[in-house]
Amino acid sequence: MQAETTLSPDQQELDRQLRRVWGHPKGLLGWFSNVHHTAIGLRFMVTSFIFFLLGGVLAAIMRTQLARPESHLLGPDKYNQFFTIHGSTMIFLFAVPMMFQGFGVYLVPLICGTRNIAFPRLNAFSYYIYLGGGLLLWIGLFLNTGADVGWFAYVPLSGPQFTPGKRADFWAQMITFTEVSALGVAICIATTILRHRAPGMTLNRMPIILWEKLVISFAVIFAMPAVMVVSSMLLLDRLVGTQFFNPAEGGDVLLYQHLFWFFGHPEVYIIFLPGAAIISTLLPAYTRRHIFGYTPIVVSVIATGFLGFSVWVHHMFATGLPQLGESFFTAATLMIVIPTGTQFFCWLATLWNGKLLFELPMLWVFGFFFVFLIGGLSGVMLASVPVDVQVHDTYFVVAHFHYVLIGGALFPMFAGIYHWFPKIRGAF
Amino acid sequence: MTDLLFADATRMLAGWWAALAFDSRLEHGRHAILHPAGPEAGRIEWLYWLIFWISLAVFVFMMGGYTITARRNLSRVSDRTMVIEDEPGDKRSAWFVGIAVGITTAILFLVLALSVSAGRKVQDVPGNGPIAIQVTGHQWWWEVNYPNSEPDLRVTTANEIHVPVHERVNLILQSGDVIHSFWAPNITGKRDLIPGYSSSISFQVDTPGVYHGQCAEFCGLQHAHMGFSIVAESREDFDAWQRDQLLAAAEPTDPQAVRGKQVFLTHPCVMCHTIRGTDAGSNMGPDLTHIASRPRIAADTLPNTPGALGGWILDPQAAKPGNHMAPNSLTGDELQALLSYLQTLK
Repeated sequence: MQAETTLSPDQQELDRQLRRVWGHPKGLLGWFSNVHHTAIGLRFMVTSFIFFLLGGVLAAIMRTQLARPESHLLGPDKYNQFFTIHGSTMIFLFAVPMMFQGFGVYLVPLICGTRNIAFPRLNAFSYYIYLGGGLLLWIGLFLNTGADVGWFAYVPLSGPQFTPGKRADFWAQMITFTEVSALGVAICIATTILRHRAPGMTLNRMPIILWEKLVISFAVIFAMPAVMVVSSMLLLDRLVGTQFFNPAEGGDVLLYQHLFWFFGHPEVYIIFLPGAAIISTLLPAYTRRHIFGYTPIVVSVIATGFLGFSVWVHHMFATGLPQLGESFFTAATLMIVIPTGTQFFCWLATLWNGKLLFELPMLWVFGFFFVFLIGGLSGVMLASVPVDVQVHDTYFVVAHFHYVLIGGALFPMFAGIYHWFPKIRGAF
Repeated sequence: MTDLLFADATRMLAGWWAALAFDSRLEHGRHAILHPAGPEAGRIEWLYWLIFWISLAVFVFMMGGYTITARRNLSRVSDRTMVIEDEPGDKRSAWFVGIAVGITTAILFLVLALSVSAGRKVQDVPGNGPIAIQVTGHQWWWEVNYPNSEPDLRVTTANEIHVPVHERVNLILQSGDVIHSFWAPNITGKRDLIPGYSSSISFQVDTPGVYHGQCAEFCGLQHAHMGFSIVAESREDFDAWQRDQLLAAAEPTDPQAVRGKQVFLTHPCVMCHTIRGTDAGSNMGPDLTHIASRPRIAADTLPNTPGALGGWILDPQAAKPGNHMAPNSLTGDELQALLSYLQTLK
């Protein structure tokens, strides 16, 4: 404030205009019309964290139900709603909006050195449509119209014949809304990184976190349309009377699975790569040196982005696809280990030649190393077709992806929040 | 208050252990991938343990590396100056990363080769076994048919699959409504039953016994109670079972059972169930011609005792809420008569 008084009237006018265009507008209307990336990014983080807590409450209730056999805490109907909403919330309303949208929208313009994200209105729109989708799903649950068909809602169970009523409609509409949101943010982030970097920050000097956000944005741009198509086809089948998934009319139920997992597996990397990006950013800060192996890590991230699109059939090994095809997807799934392993080895090398400051965020980083590695190794077991057909759709898989998501997303998220909280609070 | 909580927790744990120890379904590993009863599950178990030990070795190596490095390089929190870049150290690290990635790739090739070769052995070419069994998944029970070119030699039963030991068996899997998944972990991996598709798996059971199976693809309200059993027995026992199953229901002689048959035929039972040899011939629900020969009812949910069967007939929604069987209102006499008739259907 002291500095402003020394400005000439012309400069003051410029300053005022600059603040009007780039600052946070005031008042209630200002709150809603705010398109500043820090405000939108924080809203993504806070909203998705609230959804995370709500989903966690459902998980706690489910675990209580499962604590002893044939317990009657929840009936089958409530239980089916709870696990569907838990899964959908954690994947669609927490993991992606927190790890990709929240951290991405908040950090990318700051690291690029630009005043705001590209297409700020599209970015703000993405937040509101995400909020709408999330509220839709949870209002449904509170009105006993919670989806009860599982978080991947396979047809024909989720089709008009076997799930009459509005439950699956709420779910499918939520999917469309949240994926439009991710798609919008992906366009904003990719454009910001490619067009709005500070002068001199060439692609090969870009911090690793920007590389990862760029790769994830492209993964989102290619993956999300598949699930939006499939949720729209499901809605059309349910509400308009199309027969995309009705075998009696020449529809195909496997089509749903292919489209869903063509999105569903890249989704895993859309959730995990932001976590890896946080690890690669925090390690140098707490080992008092540069990250070891910038180029191998960046190449690994790009390779993961590509390979992530060639593994979706390992979710469908039990459907009995041709053996040659299954072998291809086994090989592709195992190949993912190479870039992920490269990153693990580079992190180890960073630690080896650094001086470790074992502060709070590093506890979460080490939690990530241990827990995510269990998830990754159990993923190798799932890549093998014979082992997969035994453990597929059992608690082995439930344990596997909780190790991956808690290790690969939740722990890095806490590490990142503790690390960047002074920035969010405005301390510097 | 804490005492009460503690007592509750103890009781809960005790109940849990009792359930683990005494639930007949878990007895002797009747539903376990690590207790193989045939060559397919045995092959998979071998592969499972192999990858498990490799994974454990990798885990110990990596976590040991991280832990040792962290202890070795711990620095005082107050000191935040940059470490001078250690060029020779980074060169050594580059060698380490390169070699480690190379070893990882070699291990992955090994896993790939073993997995594909095991897969070829396990997923046998369908259609080469002498015994074909058609399994159709329904919400929430399993229809089991033994097809035969002679209509008189077709066996139809439900939720119980009899197979002779040491012989190849082909299962032809179909679904009547939504996607189900056929999984008997002691015998082989699972295979989905997909509407609009017909798939098949072949397997062999070597150890006689009764194995539990379970639907493994979420299929609606009673997915958790969609079990079945596989009874593996000697060829003689299997032939004897098949001969018995081919017979039409015996005509009851006991007056109580005669009355029970009338109860069955004059109540909604006939809308859904078949008893061969009577006028009841609907195939909406399980075939009851030989229900008394099956030790469990309601898709391996309840024991086939008069009490459980009676409770099931009066109010099936109590044991399996949401299932497609409607409650029946019968007087006590009618129910007793019906139960004694059903018990004659050996």
